[in-house]
Order: sequence, then structure tokens, then C-alpha cells
Amino acid sequence: MKIAVWLGRRLIAIVLQLLIISFLTFSLLFLMPGSPEQILIGPNPATAEQLESIRERYGLNEPFLAQYADWLGAAVHLDFGTSIANGEEVSSLLIERSGVTVSLAIYAIVLLLLLAVPLGLVAGARAGGTADRVISAVTTMLVSAPAFATGLLLLYVFGVVLRWFPIFGFGSGFTDVVWHLTLPAATLAIAVIALIVRQTRAVAATIVRSDYVLFGRARGVAPWTIWTRYLLRGSSMPLVTSMGLVLGFFLTGTVVVERLFSIPGLGSLLINAVSTKDLPVVQGATILVSFFVLLANLLADASHLAVDPRVRKAVLA
Amino acid sequence: MSTGLQTRPARQSSALVVLALAFACLVAGLCVVSFVGLGLDPQTQRLLEARQPPTPGHWLGTDLVGRDVLARVVHGASVTVIGPAAVALGAVAIAVPLALVAAERGGVVDAVVMRTSDTLLALPSILVIIVIAGLFGGGYWLAAAVLVFLIVPSGLRIARSVALGQKNLPYQEAARLIGASTPRRMFVHTLPNLLPTIVATLLLDFVAALVALSSLSFLGLGAPPGSTDWGTMLAENLRLIEQNPWACLAPAVMLVLTAYSATTIGDWLHLRLEGRRG
Repeated sequence: MKIAVWLGRRLIAIVLQLLIISFLTFSLLFLMPGSPEQILIGPNPATAEQLESIRERYGLNEPFLAQYADWLGAAVHLDFGTSIANGEEVSSLLIERSGVTVSLAIYAIVLLLLLAVPLGLVAGARAGGTADRVISAVTTMLVSAPAFATGLLLLYVFGVVLRWFPIFGFGSGFTDVVWHLTLPAATLAIAVIALIVRQTRAVAATIVRSDYVLFGRARGVAPWTIWTRYLLRGSSMPLVTSMGLVLGFFLTGTVVVERLFSIPGLGSLLINAVSTKDLPVVQGATILVSFFVLLANLLADASHLAVDPRVRKAVLA
Repeated sequence: MSTGLQTRPARQSSALVVLALAFACLVAGLCVVSFVGLGLDPQTQRLLEARQPPTPGHWLGTDLVGRDVLARVVHGASVTVIGPAAVALGAVAIAVPLALVAAERGGVVDAVVMRTSDTLLALPSILVIIVIAGLFGGGYWLAAAVLVFLIVPSGLRIARSVALGQKNLPYQEAARLIGASTPRRMFVHTLPNLLPTIVATLLLDFVAALVALSSLSFLGLGAPPGSTDWGTMLAENLRLIEQNPWACLAPAVMLVLTAYSATTIGDWLHLRLEGRRG
């Protein structure tokens, strides 16, 4: 019951945040340089009749708030109008592109966990040792640098020199797509690897000196079991909450990575739309990405509640 | 039992700090060189010598239209670094006084400042500057101006909490007793104690701004085409990666090392200054 109340509150908060975001993105039409009619027609010169028909079609003669209400009503039904550049439905463009971006983000999370958790365990088990220092220095370097620069280094080493992976495009068929998305996903993953390594390291450093690990060793539990059952399981809890944060970063960081590897996702859609001042596409993509980010945060909090009874008690009390 | 020491991030080795300082000096030197000129020629196009790998005449080869990559990387230092430095200075100049006032006044003032900053902090900043810089056509400096406000909140939070910690210390009371005015107490007595925080914030803000502005240039929405901004260079030379990889590797390496050096120096200075304070 309390879960439902908590969830309801969070959903209301998301709806309110989306309302604010939608109002701001709607206002772009009036804030951008140039008249709204001309923006919606595009760069070509327009006749008086065309301007009038645009005004009619978008209801530009109505008061501002009425226009917002109409636009919002359509947006709720995923109708963001048509692209100025090519006349396609914005919603179908968004659906077509989000599949690519979402699979990239999910793949990046898988790679992140595969890379960061073992490194964090190694660093934490021998805190202060050489491995710890090297891991800390390298991950700090990766987290502070811009993702497109580290991505380019990956692209050069694994794509150009070693030729293990393709350097651009999306591919077709499952294995081909995975093959194409490996370097982009790795670029996203290493951009936030320090966060997960530090967390895993802190937990592992605490667990490794705990009584139950000591007793486990004393009773002769195999080292492998200690690493997987004791350290790995103990470190996994804090990871769940960071996943929301990480997913949020991936969904915005993908803008740069998609450009670097020429992947036709939401990010490159947004960049093209912004460069050609294709406002309906910009509005749709902004709202969709914001919605994904908010949803990722909610999922993170909900899964935290699900796995940790202590948090559940504290939040729901 | 864990002792606090083991869970702290690994100690930085002093060799890394020295390397970071050396690299920062190198970048500063390159900035001076790019201002003075020194026979640099980053713009001359030699179409007959285009797309060449490194040669004795061009140590890092040439780009698509035959411009010397080494000269462009050197010239790009100031172009790439000055914007982020200005953003970091601007953000700190706004964040610190606001933090002092919020901590001093408390109540409604504090609440308004902090809720506004929380709201800004929740925005995905890269999306915001992409949309604004792209649609409003103001380019690099408009994006930098917007970025100042998006970067203020993170430093503001830290500075405010440090300022709050100073509020009830004996020296504050002493200053009050000898009749120091509130502004004098805030800026002459409290401010120097915020110095470690300010220095660290300045460098971290610089890194955040470097990442944001160079990403924007990489996307073609920041520095104008043909600029020697390292982000722009990387994007424009991407299609040369087979013929002259150095044309895009060099700016990438410079960006990675600049960001890493600033982070390392920031952490190191913060630990040192904090330590001295006790």
C-alpha cells in the first residue's frame, strides 16, 4: 500500500517536471530569432498565402497559452507535428531512432559492469597497493576527459590499428549490431567507469576486513567463493542505485558518441535537427530524452527499494 | 573493522602530480606561444601537401587542406583553454558570494538560493547548451555564458557548506565583538578560510567547462568551422583517420591530458590546503 503511495508521488513529480520541460521547449518557438511563421516554414522565402496557411495550421493567431494547450494536447498523444526538413512525422522519427539509442545505452551498462566491478574488487581487496593506485589513476583520467576524445583513442586502437571492430555505422542483424556497437558502448562505459570502480572498491575494502570474511577464510572457504559470494554480492547493492545516474548520463552522452561513430540514434537526430533549426524534431527529441532520464532515475530508486529492506523501511516509514 | 583510511580513494602518487603540473605548464606555454605567434602558421592551406602523414617538414603531418597539424594543435591551446577558464572564473565569482550570503543570512534567502541551484543542477546541461547554442545561433560565447549558470550550483553547494561550518567558530564571534560590519566579516574574515574550496572548485569547474565546450565544438555547434579548437579539429579530421591519424589523435590526446592534469592538480591542491588548515 505504502509502495503505491510512494510510486504515485514520484509519478506526479515526473509529470510536473515534464510539464515544465514541455513549457520551456514549446516557448523555444517564440524565443528563437525570427518570426514563428518563418521558423515553421524553414529557410526558404515564403509568400503571404503560405504564411497565412502556416498561421492557420499551427493556430498562431490564438493567445499564447491556448497555443501551448493545443500543442501539449497533441504532444501527450505523441504528436509533435512534422519535421520541417523532410515532412516526416516527428513521432515516427523518434520511435525509429530511440531503438538504436536505447540498445546502445543497455549494451554500455553491460560493458560497464563487466569492466568496472572486477577492477573495483581488485582495487578494494588490496587497498593502497600498486594495482589500486594504477586503477585509480587510469579511471580518474578516463572520467575527467571528454568522451569523444577517449572514444577516438578507442576507435583508433581497436578500429584502425587492430581492425577488430568497425569504426562507424550501425549494422544489421543482432551479431552485426553488437559488433558495430561495441566501441561506442565501451566509450560510454569508460566515461563513467571511475564512479562504479570507486563504489565497488569502497565496499570491497570494508568487506575484506569484516569478521565474516575472516571466519570464512579460517574455515577454509575457497578464495574463489570468497571473491564471488562474499565480495561480489556485498558490492552489488550500491551499484543498483548508481545505475539510474549512469543511464541518465548515457542517454545524454550518446549525443557525442553517436556523432563520433556515425550511429543513427536519437542523439544524431537531435544534433541534425538543431543544426538545421528543425524545431518540431528538437522539441520531440528533447522531451523524449528528458522523459527517459526521469524514468531512469525512478527505476533506480525503485530497484533500490526492492533490493534493500533497510532503505524500504526508511523511505516508506 | 574498516579504518577510514582504507576506504578513502587511493593516495595520489607524487610523480603523477609532478607530471600533471609539468603538463599544465606546457599548455600554459603553448597558450603564450599561440598569442605571441613565433612563426606559427596554422591557417595557410597547401593543397599539394594535403593529407600527409608526419614528415620532416610537418612533424604531425597535414590536414584535409594541407594545413600543418602541429601548428594548429599549438595554436589551438589558447583557443580551447581560454573559454573554459573564463567559464570557471565566472562560475566561481558568482558561486562564492552567493554561498557566503546564503550561509550568513540563512532562512528564506538560503532556501531560495539553494532551491534554484538544485533546479539548475537537475538539468542535463549538455542538452541545454546544445539546444540553446544551436537554435539561437550565438555560437561559442553564448554557450559559454549559459554554461556559467549551469556550472554555478555544484561549487555553490560545497562553498555554502564550508561557509556554514565557519559560522560558529570563535574568530567569527571575535570579529563581531570588535564591531566588524557583516560584509567585512564575510569577505575579510570568512572568505580566506574558503580558499581551499575555491581553488578546488575553480579547477573542477574548468574541467567540466572544458568537456562541455569542446564537446559542443566537436558537434559543430561551438567554435566556428576551421577553428583550431581541439574539439573542432578532432571532428574535422576524423575522416583522415586512415591517411594521417595524428591529425585527430593529437587534439584528442591534448584534451585528455589537459582534463586529467587539471583534475589531478585540483585534488592535490585541495588536500594540501585542507591539511594545512588542520
